[in-house]
Amino acid sequence: MSQTARSQILDGIRRSLHRGELGGTARQTVEARLAAPPRGPAVARGRLPPAERTALFRQWAEFNNATVAHAAPSEVAAEVAAYLARNNLPAEAAMAPSPQLDAYDWAGQPMLSLRRGAARGSDHVSITGAFAGIAETGTLVMASGPDHPVTLNLLPDTHIVVLREADIVGGYEEVWAKLRQRYGKDHMPRTVNTITGPSRTGDIEQAIELGAHGPRRLHIVIVGE
Amino acid sequence: MPRFVIERDIPAIGSAECEALRDAARDIKNHALANLDFYLEEFERKVVALGGHVHWAPTAADARRIIADLCRSVSAKTVAKSKSMVSEEIALNDHLEALGIAPIETDLGEYIIQLRHEPPSHIIAPAVHLTKDQVADTFLEHHRALGFTKRLTERNDLVAEARHVLREKFLNADVGLTGANFLVAETGSSMLVTNEGNADLSNTLPKMHIVLASIEKVIPTLEDAAVLLRVLARSATGQESSSYTTLNTGPKRTDDLDGPAQYHVVILDNGRSSVLGTKMQDMLRCIRCGACMNHCPVYGAIGGHAYGWVYPGPIGAVLTPQLIGVEEAGNLPNASTFCGRCESVCPVRIPLPNLMRHWREREFERHLTPRAVRQGLALWAFAARRPRLYRRLTGLANRMLALFGRAHGHYRTLPLAAGWTRFRDFPAPPAGGTFHAQWARHGGARTRP
Repeated sequence: MSQTARSQILDGIRRSLHRGELGGTARQTVEARLAAPPRGPAVARGRLPPAERTALFRQWAEFNNATVAHAAPSEVAAEVAAYLARNNLPAEAAMAPSPQLDAYDWAGQPMLSLRRGAARGSDHVSITGAFAGIAETGTLVMASGPDHPVTLNLLPDTHIVVLREADIVGGYEEVWAKLRQRYGKDHMPRTVNTITGPSRTGDIEQAIELGAHGPRRLHIVIVGE
Repeated sequence: MPRFVIERDIPAIGSAECEALRDAARDIKNHALANLDFYLEEFERKVVALGGHVHWAPTAADARRIIADLCRSVSAKTVAKSKSMVSEEIALNDHLEALGIAPIETDLGEYIIQLRHEPPSHIIAPAVHLTKDQVADTFLEHHRALGFTKRLTERNDLVAEARHVLREKFLNADVGLTGANFLVAETGSSMLVTNEGNADLSNTLPKMHIVLASIEKVIPTLEDAAVLLRVLARSATGQESSSYTTLNTGPKRTDDLDGPAQYHVVILDNGRSSVLGTKMQDMLRCIRCGACMNHCPVYGAIGGHAYGWVYPGPIGAVLTPQLIGVEEAGNLPNASTFCGRCESVCPVRIPLPNLMRHWREREFERHLTPRAVRQGLALWAFAARRPRLYRRLTGLANRMLALFGRAHGHYRTLPLAAGWTRFRDFPAPPAGGTFHAQWARHGGARTRP
């Protein structure tokens, strides 16, 4: 049945396009496009030297209702604890089990209680790293894996993201290149979430409200070297 | 008219760049459509290689059966749904309900109209026709049993209550069903764009994720997705980027800590393949941003429900006759002034007025135009070819209209127009006689009266 349905659709497409299965140079052209994807028109504002890239990332992230702090690696844990205290949030978080995060000085924050693993419905705060940041739109890119459960990006009310400044790129195209380099061209991680600011909805009277389903608060800690 | 516009004080993409992006977006979709069979097969190959499944559905009934079978294979009681216009197109919710499987719409707007048993009035903002107070009444009625007995008055409280109610449903759902904005052939990924994050909960929490997408959603590469994402968010909501854009590729990997054990993609044709290679092929470029309806004066005046089916506005007037037949929906393309704003804002440059004109011609050729319209037009044509008669008749009609209460600026009833005035007032033309009379009075000069 499904084989019939499949050929019914594919044959229907070919009949409408007045041709058979792609072959010859036509096939080579589309195969070449997949092998070496051409980039679309360049967007000027993403092409900046690194320092300005970070500034642009911050501008757009804040425009989209995220908060942003800068920290040296030795200050990351203190900044996370201070953020929670400043906002009267519980000093308890579910944290991604990632070597990057483990390297920060959590022991120096004895009041902060951390559980490493995926998020549960009852978690109020999560802490994760990020695969990349996109300066053009202030967007975070999260690649799923054992060191980054997807639920941490979504379930808690407050999501704190530690982003290495060196991972901030200009636009989407550089993220794709980074993904292919890290995972191989044919092996995308199960989920790549790109996140721009907290969850929002305009579904009631077209007025923007934050925290529709995902986090209400998104705090980004940019770590220099 | 929906007004999703954000004020900006930091450099946005320039208009020259926007035009270049729109050209590129159009070209990408044209290229994908010209090689649609190849890219669909490539997409399937990649999905299967990563442990996912692809199901082919020539018709709406096939898609409903495939999805119902998948749900039953995991004994699903509830399905968490992220907004999918294709699922509306195949009337999936009614089908699942009849089988005892409860579909739960999780996009806030879709959730509200599901509670109210109403169809969406806009593809991006399905509950745009409702006020905060109507939402509050709906929530009180349906959430009372869950312990929410207070009628809310603030939008943020309504959002918070819906979040709370839906969070429980997410955590208990057996299946997550989403649409897809794009299917990426290069990687076998389905791509979803939302602002709420509901699609992401739908594709991560339940043990099975089903993606329902129509054939024209496939695009070649991630680079192509980057171009389309840039025009989509800007055209849909005026944002530079939506909050969540997600690529899903296959099921949970062995060492992942969360994610669905099963990943299925249902690819629906439902008549689309027959549009390829015809004059109407351009409609398949549509990325469902809603810009054409946001800018349409007719949509603005009559609202989305008046279009009578899933896709409203100019794109609905073009798609609906294709999908359900010109006999059923041939009158929709007449709901246009041909002002051309839809074409001028379309991010993939679909020539919507031309496509509507095509349907009008088909309707006329097939004698589907109602007799009253045909006879009326014939009468008008007879008079319009005889200028003296025409002026005398229109002058008479104008004086008659004055008798029916032009003083109010509108008519509550009009002879021969009960079909209109039963539902709304008919706007009155301004006083001062016909255009011809005024023109003559001003000596035919181009001056304002």
